[in-house]
Amino acid sequence: MVYENPDGVMIGLEIHVQLNKLKSKMFCGCSTDYHDAEPNTHTCPVCLGLPGALPVLNREVVKAAIKVGLALEGEIAEETQFHRKNYFYPDLPRGFQTTQYDYPIVSKGKVVIEGEDGEHEVGIWRAHMEDDPGKLVHIGSIEKSKGVLIDYNRSGMPLIETVTAPDMRSPKEARRFLDKFRNILEYLDVFDGNLEGAMRMDANVSVYGGTRVEVKNISSHKGVEKALLYEIMRQKNVIRRGGEITQETRHFDEARGVTIGMRTKEEAEDYRYFREPDLMPMKVSDWTPKIKETLPELPDAKRARFIEQYGIADMHAKALTSKIMLADFYEGVCKKGTDPKQAATWIADVLLGELNYRDLVISSYDGSTIGCINDKDHSIANSTRVADMVDLVALFTDGKISDRAAVEVIRTILDGEEEKTPLQVIEEKGLFKAEDDLVTKAVAEAITENEAAVQDYLGGAEKSLNFLVGQVMKKTKGTADAKTAREMLVKELKG
Amino acid sequence: MTAKWMSVAEIKQKIGESSAEEVTADYLEAIKKSKINGYVTVSDRALEKSKEIDSEGHKGPLAGVPIAIKDNISVQGLPNSCGSRMLENYVPPFNAHVIEKLIEAGAVILGKTNMDEFAMGSSTESSYFGPVLNPWDLERVPGGSSGGSAAVVAAGEAPFALGSDTGGSIRCPASFCGVVGLKPTYGAVSRYGAVAYANSLEQIGPLANNVEDIAVLMDVIAGHDARDSTSVPEEKTDYQAALKDDIKGLKIGVPKEYFGEGISPGVEKAVWDAIHHCEALGASWEEVSMPHTKYALASYYIIAMSEASSNLARFDGTRYGFREAGETWHSLISKTRAEGFGDEVKRRILIGTYALSAGYHDKYYLKALKVRTLVKQDFEKALSKVDVLMAPTMPNPAFKVGEKIEDPLALYLSDVNTVPINLAGVPSMSVPCGFTDGLPVGLQIIGKPFDEPTLLRTAYTFEQNTDYHSRRPPEVA
Repeated sequence: MVYENPDGVMIGLEIHVQLNKLKSKMFCGCSTDYHDAEPNTHTCPVCLGLPGALPVLNREVVKAAIKVGLALEGEIAEETQFHRKNYFYPDLPRGFQTTQYDYPIVSKGKVVIEGEDGEHEVGIWRAHMEDDPGKLVHIGSIEKSKGVLIDYNRSGMPLIETVTAPDMRSPKEARRFLDKFRNILEYLDVFDGNLEGAMRMDANVSVYGGTRVEVKNISSHKGVEKALLYEIMRQKNVIRRGGEITQETRHFDEARGVTIGMRTKEEAEDYRYFREPDLMPMKVSDWTPKIKETLPELPDAKRARFIEQYGIADMHAKALTSKIMLADFYEGVCKKGTDPKQAATWIADVLLGELNYRDLVISSYDGSTIGCINDKDHSIANSTRVADMVDLVALFTDGKISDRAAVEVIRTILDGEEEKTPLQVIEEKGLFKAEDDLVTKAVAEAITENEAAVQDYLGGAEKSLNFLVGQVMKKTKGTADAKTAREMLVKELKG
Repeated sequence: MTAKWMSVAEIKQKIGESSAEEVTADYLEAIKKSKINGYVTVSDRALEKSKEIDSEGHKGPLAGVPIAIKDNISVQGLPNSCGSRMLENYVPPFNAHVIEKLIEAGAVILGKTNMDEFAMGSSTESSYFGPVLNPWDLERVPGGSSGGSAAVVAAGEAPFALGSDTGGSIRCPASFCGVVGLKPTYGAVSRYGAVAYANSLEQIGPLANNVEDIAVLMDVIAGHDARDSTSVPEEKTDYQAALKDDIKGLKIGVPKEYFGEGISPGVEKAVWDAIHHCEALGASWEEVSMPHTKYALASYYIIAMSEASSNLARFDGTRYGFREAGETWHSLISKTRAEGFGDEVKRRILIGTYALSAGYHDKYYLKALKVRTLVKQDFEKALSKVDVLMAPTMPNPAFKVGEKIEDPLALYLSDVNTVPINLAGVPSMSVPCGFTDGLPVGLQIIGKPFDEPTLLRTAYTFEQNTDYHSRRPPEVA
């Protein structure tokens, strides 16, 4: 099957990623750990742009950028070069941003995603380093704001801006690209995507090969998908009505799900780029091979290895490697002697499903516990322990509990107020599988007490068997294994 | 005997005999009687600091020695106005690297010296705080932009001073005021804490009444600083060790382009006399050609103004400094910059913005960079054959206050012999070499990158065998 792309949609993305796992800012020694701090407490003369203060490039930023470039299979520059991008804005303390212009640290990379019609390659035009401005805090909504406060804690945070080719053909592909891209960055351990402002996206989109429109500053993957869906519809309708798409920049109103025009090309700013005289080029060509050696196993390679090493299905391998923390959790469970296939089923199918149902996203893994936070409300947290998963799978495979009971254990642990082990939950709820003679007794009783159903079944009404199974379950208070009960009933009735 | 006009060595001796307090008091007294408007801010802490030095028995090389600092070099707790209304009340919360070094050495900061607004000018007339007057003739300018630093040294209001030199801003006023000034090699002295006018061109450097004090100050302020990425991690140079009265065998190049049209005959004569004097002291000279000199001025101004347009963007009234209220942020920033900057600063920001704009960037900025490379090559070539170059620092002696301020082009043209040095990044000194119509003339000695020792030795030898440096301006004596 080949995806036809009926509306000729072309989507390109620009993604700003904050390297918030590094210890210090891009050009000064200020800590990057400001997310819970009072405004304007993580600042110094350099990131406040006081007259006379000078930038010094943090080498760790360059190393992280090279790591990202290698993971994106890109070409790495021989040396660092920085330019000034000049514009006035109150969050920009020096009146210019330090960025890379015609010689980015990374060029010509690619990412393979699950496209509309199978594997689909998205080209990476470039990835470059730049510093983050401060943050404007509007009093009220952006349109009606009565005033603005400025917090420079964010000023000087290291960013990597990645620019893709317009290779995505649907909002879904854009979303998949972003999921994969974020996954890769988390594998590299250069950023924590759950922190506020960690990832900000601009999307370029055109239909029927026409003029492209840029939607700026979208803060979530879902937001990008929504903004693109709206923008494609808008563009198609403008054309349908005989109008023309103008090259412009639009703002995405996440609450209303619409894009709003901000400025047209005529109003586009001239950034007057020129080489930053305060930073000398830093030669990095000899760093790259060393960094390459220390590159961790990336999602695609891990997925292939999981299939090979653990003999699990590709679907499971893909799900398990979709987050580095989840992959590590899985391997943690396997290392304790758990059957890898069973572990894959219980983690990828059941646990992940239950987390999704509760809007929980995995945010950490410390070697023994996986931490989650609620996607919509970061104050809600949850966790699952390796040891519990190991015990649960063992209890199931040893035939001590039914699959239904195992699912209930997971749900109870996730929803419970207190921390409990699977064994505690099973004991409290009496979820142990019933003894065989108890089931045999229930089967016999169900047959003698339900003459009519027995006759119906023997007369060919298969549904009546379900009723009898239900009766057995009722008599055993749900501790019987439904499958076993069914088999025993059939054996008893049909010999 | 007052400490006024004493060398650093003499001051140290006086401190030993009496006290640092007495020395500082002598200078504060001279400043009080000043006729030249050299200081924007006189430090209230200077006397107290000198007493501390006395009581603590500081062992630093400049213990108790007073110094004046150009008002674009950050001193914690003192306003750093840059000669501008924009920063009139801006007090930096940190010290420049050179200030840290001076404090470590025990120096007593007398105050901050007047300058052309944001170091843009060659006459110190563009200061928001009024022009500095030349101690040799109070109707004349002291040169610029470090006019305050040069004038207070010449007038005996500080034994020595720090200035900054983007296109001649140390050498020009040194020449006009009859003092010694050194623009170090680009990267020799950390710029951390000096307010940028044109980052790729400028250096902080010393001004003093004699060559020895220049070396003393360089030994304190020069050296690598990790906070300035353009600071070069060279091995520490011993500048005072270079002070030898011996230039036998020294090869001098005389670039004919530096004696071009418009040079005053008095300046030309004084400079040639100096070259011949050096010849008599055992050096030899030959004419050299630096064919791209004539393009240097245009290249310099385009680069400097382009960088300035970006450097000065931060002064928007949002965080610190002057603010003119506005209905919106855009009107606030427009009004702030309209009221806070003077005409020359606005002119340079506008030209720089223009030169960097889309459609003009390649034609002006990029071309200027290419010329810069050619000018640099001129120096490499010339200095591969000779040890130093000698030329007039300024083609003319100090002009009258108001004479050129209405004609910016004429003012820019007077920088013709100083700006090529900044484009090339090489070190250069101006030393007093004579007088014309009672006004000092400066001899410019230009050297190879990081070869300040040869410059110092040449200047020292010349000084030991002449007496121009020991003459004092009669009007302020």
